[in-house]
Amino acid sequence: MSGTDRFHDPAVVAGLLERIARAVDALGRPVTFMEVCGSHTHAIAAAGLRHRLPGGVRLISGPGCPVCVTPVGYLDRAWALAGQHGAVLATFGDLMRVPSSRGSLELAAARGAAVRIVYSPRDALRIAEENPGRPVVFLGIGFETTAPTIAAALEEAERKGISNFSVLPGNKVMPPPLAALAGAGDVAVDGFILPGHVSVVTGSGAFEFLPERFGLPGAVAGFTPADVLRAVEALIGMLAAGKPRIVNLYGRVVRPEGNRAALELMDRVFEPVDAVWRGLGPIPASGLGLAPAWAHRDASRLPVELPRPVEPPGCRCGEVLRGTLDPPECALFGRTCTPDNPVGACMVSSEGSCAAWYRHERWTMEGTA
Amino acid sequence: MRYHGSDRLTETTMCLAIPMKLIERDEFEGTVELEGIRRRISLMLLPEAEPGDHVLVHAGYAIGVVDEDQARETLEILETYSGAMREL
Ligand code: SF4
Repeated sequence: MSGTDRFHDPAVVAGLLERIARAVDALGRPVTFMEVCGSHTHAIAAAGLRHRLPGGVRLISGPGCPVCVTPVGYLDRAWALAGQHGAVLATFGDLMRVPSSRGSLELAAARGAAVRIVYSPRDALRIAEENPGRPVVFLGIGFETTAPTIAAALEEAERKGISNFSVLPGNKVMPPPLAALAGAGDVAVDGFILPGHVSVVTGSGAFEFLPERFGLPGAVAGFTPADVLRAVEALIGMLAAGKPRIVNLYGRVVRPEGNRAALELMDRVFEPVDAVWRGLGPIPASGLGLAPAWAHRDASRLPVELPRPVEPPGCRCGEVLRGTLDPPECALFGRTCTPDNPVGACMVSSEGSCAAWYRHERWTMEGTA
Repeated sequence: MRYHGSDRLTETTMCLAIPMKLIERDEFEGTVELEGIRRRISLMLLPEAEPGDHVLVHAGYAIGVVDEDQARETLEILETYSGAMREL
């Protein structure tokens, strides 16, 4: 039997669901688990897990979509740079349609700004190499999976003497927002389904503070429906035993200590800075600024005129990212806000909760409307 | 809008990494292969990778080594995943 068959085998999923139902019954109270990874958001929605899990198990999505948590102020700066200094902006495609106070980068490009979609920071570096006369600014967003790739591109630029390559730093790290949510009064979470690919870099050890400081269990999981369900089962098991820990269900690729080379590279290039998260607000030491030695490649130092930041009126993406609001509870969901015509960031990225619900779970809204 | 360096293996989203087999390497770079498609990637984040390893590739960089079974499972799942993503 192939891997796909095994992981999507209805019998495997049904068996896990049954075991989870018995486990939560035995626990004797309802539980809420938060997932913080765009791939988990997608897997849960695509398999309809939210509705197939027993009533006592609630799954919510947290701030796991890099594009969604990027604050409007960052996008305003990108928009301003796109029109100035003869700069070429290079960005992951996901960011193109996210609204800034003035409009999306897609709109900026339609109006003639030089914006290129790239798959890798190295592609942006190549654009810089091929256009030595023009500043090329890479929009550096993403969590610990992505941040080391940007750090590596910066070191490569230095090594090759490509002086017109810079980064607008906007990378974020996952532990501080999880601590903020674990300690927040309005978000009642009993455990976390932890992001597999972030953990490849950080190591599962980066999340030990959850049991230690908050008494909450965590399970590092891959991104198939069966992986998510195994994580749910493990979390309930730890709650029942009264022994919260961090367990790794993502095989040998995640190690407790993570990827040392990647972490060292991040240390050389970045330094922790306070950062604003959409929905969570400012969180100390949750962002990665460029270390002083990299000031010459820091596009946030270029002078630009910024508007007062304006979030799209009516968009409740912030509450969605805290896990306090399910997307269909937003009045704009599916009406004025759709993946074709997104109002807010959570509908833009395919990793966003609103987009995942729209794509897979609209029927639940129709059923209850 | 041109998509630099794109092919069907890279039209994924930011959280994902794809397992591919490392065919050969020099100091900083290597060639990975998946279903006959080859790409150059950076090994700056995985200096210990050896030819024959299955490596997780994210945004043009190898970030971790996976065992072969897990690589195959992840890939098959990714197929269904990215198909669904493209419909969005
Ligand atoms: S449905 Fe649209 S407007 Fe409503 S919260 Fe989601 S992204 Fe914002």
